[in-house]
Amino acid sequence: MRAWMSILPLWGRCRPQGGGGGGALRSESPLRPLGTSPRGGGFLASHGSARKGNGVAWLLLTLILAAPAAAVMPDEMLPDPAQEQRARTISKDLRCVVCQNQSIDDSDAPLARDLRLLVREQIAKGKSDAEVRDYVVARYGNFVLLKPPVEGDTLLLWAGPFAVLILGGVGVALWQRRRPAATTDAPLSDAERAELDRLS
Amino acid sequence: MKRLLFILPIIAFVGLAGFLGYGLTQDPKELPSQLIDRPLPEFALPGIDGPDLASASFRGEPRLLNVWASWCAACPQEHPVLERIAQEGFPVYGIAWKDKPDDSRAFLARFGNPYSGLGMDQSGRTAIDLGVTGAPETFVVDKKGRVRFKIVGPISPEQWEGEIKPLMQQLRAEA
Repeated sequence: MRAWMSILPLWGRCRPQGGGGGGALRSESPLRPLGTSPRGGGFLASHGSARKGNGVAWLLLTLILAAPAAAVMPDEMLPDPAQEQRARTISKDLRCVVCQNQSIDDSDAPLARDLRLLVREQIAKGKSDAEVRDYVVARYGNFVLLKPPVEGDTLLLWAGPFAVLILGGVGVALWQRRRPAATTDAPLSDAERAELDRLS
Repeated sequence: MKRLLFILPIIAFVGLAGFLGYGLTQDPKELPSQLIDRPLPEFALPGIDGPDLASASFRGEPRLLNVWASWCAACPQEHPVLERIAQEGFPVYGIAWKDKPDDSRAFLARFGNPYSGLGMDQSGRTAIDLGVTGAPETFVVDKKGRVRFKIVGPISPEQWEGEIKPLMQQLRAEA
């Protein structure tokens, strides 16, 4: 119980506000489907059966168009497309420390924006991808890597599933071997044969 | 042997349940600081109505470095504790994170100013160097300018008395 209570004050922690209002709301949403603009609401408004087919078409179209959009703003981008592409690739693997289960490439949180700019700044300075990653890890730890490296304390994470698979396989093998050899057919006894003849 | 095979899944289940249950008591939002036992990252920040704040000045005596902001809702809650810490003779330094100088000034005018020195981190770069993820966060810096402890979230009076004050006294006694 005490451990739980100690978490409570953290609820009051603050994050820097975004440029506009509603920034907090936007940063919470994991996906920003492109197709779901207010116009998309048109098919919802059409109740008539005559427009039903139209509605389905709309629904399909919005579903097809719905794709997660990156949070990168045009003013953040690097002039060199190759460098920008590298920044995007690195950003996709870096966790937004505020929202935790989004990459900084996906997140609208102001801190994620700051980190995106930082990544681009380091790239513009001529740092390699690994150096840029190390730069961020030096500040926030391995936690910022969405794909943690294989190390002592992450060994369970990486090897765990395979260990369970091997243990399960060994278990199944043992069980198979232990099973009585019931599969070899014993010849029918005379009584059984007589019974079979009577039935057929 | 057969009984062992029967009991084994139960043991495995209890072990897994215990492991996951322990995980529930941990707060995933609380990140370990990368800075513990490492020198304070270098910074030189402009002050508010006072001298600048530089990392190089964190020498000679243990200090607290508090990252706060006027937009932070938990900071007024923590503020009386910081005032008390300062009154008890332990120096508290502050970094106003992504804050407008006027807002910081208004905050200090309203809630008081416990800070022996203040720096404005308007770009948020120093906060990133410190690995800050939210305000308030407080670092305990020793005589040699190394970070020894980090408090995430507002410091409670109990935490000050029971945890941080003894640490500060111990750091004072260090050579």
